[in-house]
Formats: sequence, structure tokens, C-alpha cells
Amino acid sequence: MIERQPLSPTRRQTRARAVRLQLIGLSGVVERNAYLIKRYAWWELAFFVWTIANTLTIVFIAKGVSATGGHIDVQRETASLLIGAMIWSYLGIIFEILTETVAWERWEGTIEYTFMAPLARAVHLGGMGLFAVLYGVLRTALLFVVVALFFGLHLPHADFATALALLAVASVSFVGIGMVTAVLPLISPEKGAQLGFIAQGLLLVVSGVYYPVSVLPAWMRWLATVSPATYALRGIRAAVLDGAGLGARLGDLWPLLALGAAAIPLGLLTFRTGERYAKRHGKLKRSG
Amino acid sequence: MEAVEVCELTKRFRRRRGAGRATARIALDAVSFTIARGECIAVLGQNGSGKSTLVRALSTLLLPDGGRASVFGHDVVAEAGAVRRLVNRVSVEASFFKRMSATENLSYAARFYGLTPRVTRTRIPDVLERVGFAPKRASEPLEDLSRGMQQKVALARALLTSPVLLLLDEPTTGLDPRSKREVQGFIRELRASHDTTVLLCTHDLDEAASLAERVGILHAGRLLALEPPVALLDRYGAPSLEQAFFTATGSALGEETEELNA
Repeated sequence: MIERQPLSPTRRQTRARAVRLQLIGLSGVVERNAYLIKRYAWWELAFFVWTIANTLTIVFIAKGVSATGGHIDVQRETASLLIGAMIWSYLGIIFEILTETVAWERWEGTIEYTFMAPLARAVHLGGMGLFAVLYGVLRTALLFVVVALFFGLHLPHADFATALALLAVASVSFVGIGMVTAVLPLISPEKGAQLGFIAQGLLLVVSGVYYPVSVLPAWMRWLATVSPATYALRGIRAAVLDGAGLGARLGDLWPLLALGAAAIPLGLLTFRTGERYAKRHGKLKRSG
Repeated sequence: MEAVEVCELTKRFRRRRGAGRATARIALDAVSFTIARGECIAVLGQNGSGKSTLVRALSTLLLPDGGRASVFGHDVVAEAGAVRRLVNRVSVEASFFKRMSATENLSYAARFYGLTPRVTRTRIPDVLERVGFAPKRASEPLEDLSRGMQQKVALARALLTSPVLLLLDEPTTGLDPRSKREVQGFIRELRASHDTTVLLCTHDLDEAASLAERVGILHAGRLLALEPPVALLDRYGAPSLEQAFFTATGSALGEETEELNA
């Protein structure tokens, strides 16, 4: 067995300093996004209103089915659809912010300055992911409260702590997939950003966003098993509708942890490959 | 150790024209030169001559196809992280998040170089003052500021991180005469007060002659000469840099370089 030599105090200090510099850089990524939210506050409000309207059109389906003679538990279906719409909205925020890592910076012309800064790409993308999760959770929680109040939903057994924990674990996978979509504008400056929406749609259509996975064709059910959104939706619904605790949702938690462990390295590798391609072909620049 | 060593640096870009075969355009053709620590060199060249490609290669934004380049001994490809800590850049476009203020843009950019909020709280106003930026406008969105003021913020962004190599890619192009003089004055002051090495790419002959110890001519990706201004005039038997450039390249500085296919 090879014994690892302990780091000398000087090397330890150098490493500690390097980690500190990267953490300061990560805070810079979060800080920049916070400034942008502040500067585009009215647009954020308008987008939130649109999200509420979009969510209502989906959640009203439960009442619609009941009104046209369907025999369903309206309260339960309303809450179930609301959770689907929330995850859709949350995933949209994660993918949008991560895809903007490249797309927005290309548009503003700042991308070369960001990419020539001594910030490790993993830290750069990690900072974007961290901000996306923080902002996404805040927006999604607000969306839930507004729509739940609108429909007068009563969720007496809801275990929100478990729902939040499952969402946090699922977010690791979502950020990893978001890193993959973030590279698309580097490869296709004109259409790359839109491909992020396609990825979001494909991920959710196989994951039972508004319906049980069991209604899907067999090949889509297989895809559902490798989608983190499947386990997030199933676990969060069980926690909010039935009050299931984290211990009871281990069947969702373990796949989420495993997918997260694979998604982040995959996302970083894909982004690095795309960045290398862009640097080889001169595509970092806006007009490139 | 030289501040910058560039040896046989080559870069080609593939361009597809319509449905036809892709062609390779040579942006840098075996370019070699060195810059001593604290020296300022200017590279003259037409649009499309390869100036920006050279700056991008030195700032780790492009991967060369051949040759090598190093900054203070660090290879720009193999040790890109180390190079990034030493270099900053001001380009012709003052690229910022335009809705954000000067302070906000500088603040997050400084964080990428490891500067904490405690440091930037005092350093940002200091640097903005040094480049002649009115402090009362520091919280206005950059889209409300003139191009000259935006370029001062771009200079401030580069200075904030105390780079030992400053890459200036046409920093005064498009500025009014007064802003141009202010920016040039600041570059002089920076060189006098710091040990900063400067690579200035420009098509302003007066700017090159007044700021740089050596002036180079880059044409169609090839570095034709790099000498003190007087030696350059002697070499081409020209009374002015403009004439020397014309003699060396066969075209005027304001023209566009013909694309050279590989």
C-alpha cells in the first residue's frame, strides 16, 4: 500500500490559499447573479406572474376533470398537479441560469473576461448552480404558497422538510445536467440556448410530471428510471400529500444520490470538452 | 526570464463558405518575439492582421495550432491557470453587463481574482478615481455612460487585479480625442508607477510611437518587424511610421487585411 506523505506546512498553506481564492471567486459568481436579479427586478416580477398563470392553467385541470364528470379527489389531484408544475418551473430556472453561463455572457461580450479569470471552471459552474438552486427554491416556494392559497389547499400531513431535502438532493443532478446544456451555446451560438428548453421538456415528459410514470410506454418507463426528476416528483409528492418522512423515501433518495454523483462529473467533462472546442475554433467570442 | 516569450506561434481558423469545402485562414503564421519585464511593445496591424488573435492566445482564450507562448515562464496552454493570475486585458469593446453599475461590474470581476469585499470597498473607488472616472456616476448602469467612460471602467477592471502583464487591444479606438489622451496618459502613469509589462495592439501610429519602446508590424498573421521606432524607420528608409508600414506591407494601415488561406 502506498502511504500518502503528509503535506508540509508551506504546501498546506498554499493549498489553503488556493481554496480560499476559489471560494471568493465562487461568491463573485453568486454576487453577479444577485446584481442581475436586482437590475432586472421588474422583468423578474413579470416572469413570475407568467409562471403563476402557466401553473394555474395546469392546476385547474383537476377541477376541470371533476366538472366534466370525472371521479377524482380534487384536492389531492390539485396538489399533485401543483407539485408537477413547481418542479417544471424549478427545473426551468436551474437550466436557464446555467445555460446563461455562456449565452448571456456572449451577448454582453463579457465571456472572454470571465473565461480568462483565474477561476476554476468547476467553481465557476458550481457558483452558477448554487445561485440557481437558491433562487429556484425561493421562487418555487413562493409559487407554491401563492397557488396553494389561490386554491385553498389544505395539506395537513405535508412533510415539507422531507420535500425540501429531496429537492436539494435532486438539485445536484439537475445542476449536472444543466452544465451539459450550458455548453450548447458555445457549440451553436445561435440556437444552443434554446436546446436547454428541449432538454428540460424531454427530462420531464418521461418523469411523470403531471401523470404517473406507469401510463408511459415501456421504453419511456425505462428512460424514467434514469431521470432524477422521476424520483424527485415521486418523493416530493409522497412527502407533501401523504406526509412520508425521509426514512420512508430511501427508494427515491438513493437513486438521486447515485445520479447526482454521476451527473456532476459528466456535466463538467462535457463543459470542458465544449470549452476546448470553442477555444480551438475561436467560438468564445460573440461573433465567432 | 522574459515576461513574454512567443515562439513560432501559429493559429488557423477553419471557415466554411456555403455548401463548399471548409478553408483554413491563417491568423498567426509562425510568430516569434519576446517582451522584457516592464517593457511596452506596440503591434501595428490592419483589421484582420492577427492582433486580436495574438492577444487571445496570450490570455488563454485560444488554443494555438502550433508553436508555443509563455508568460513569465508559464506555458499559456499547459499552465493556463498560472498565466491567468498574471494577465489582464483591455479590448476595443468595453464589455460589461450593461445594466449593472461600474461598481457592481468591478466588484464581481475582482472576486474572480480573489479580492474580498473588504478590499474592493476601498480599492474600487481608488482605481476609478485614478482613471479619472467621476465617483458620483459609479452606481449608474453602464448603459447610461459614454463610450469613453465605459473604457475607463474597462481600464479600472484590468488595474484592479494588479496584472503584471497588461494586454491592450486597441484600447483607444473609437474614443474622442480627449478620452484618448486620458487613457494614454493613464497607461504612461501605470508604467511609471508599476512594473507592468504592456503589449499594445493598435492602428494608431502616434499612440504606438509615444507609448512603446519597440514597435512591431503584423501583416496577414506574420510579424514583419519588431524594433524601436527609429530603427524601424531606418530599416524601411521611411520618414514616418505610416510610410514604414506602407513599405513593409504594401498597403495602408486603415485597410483591411486580405484573407490568407492555408
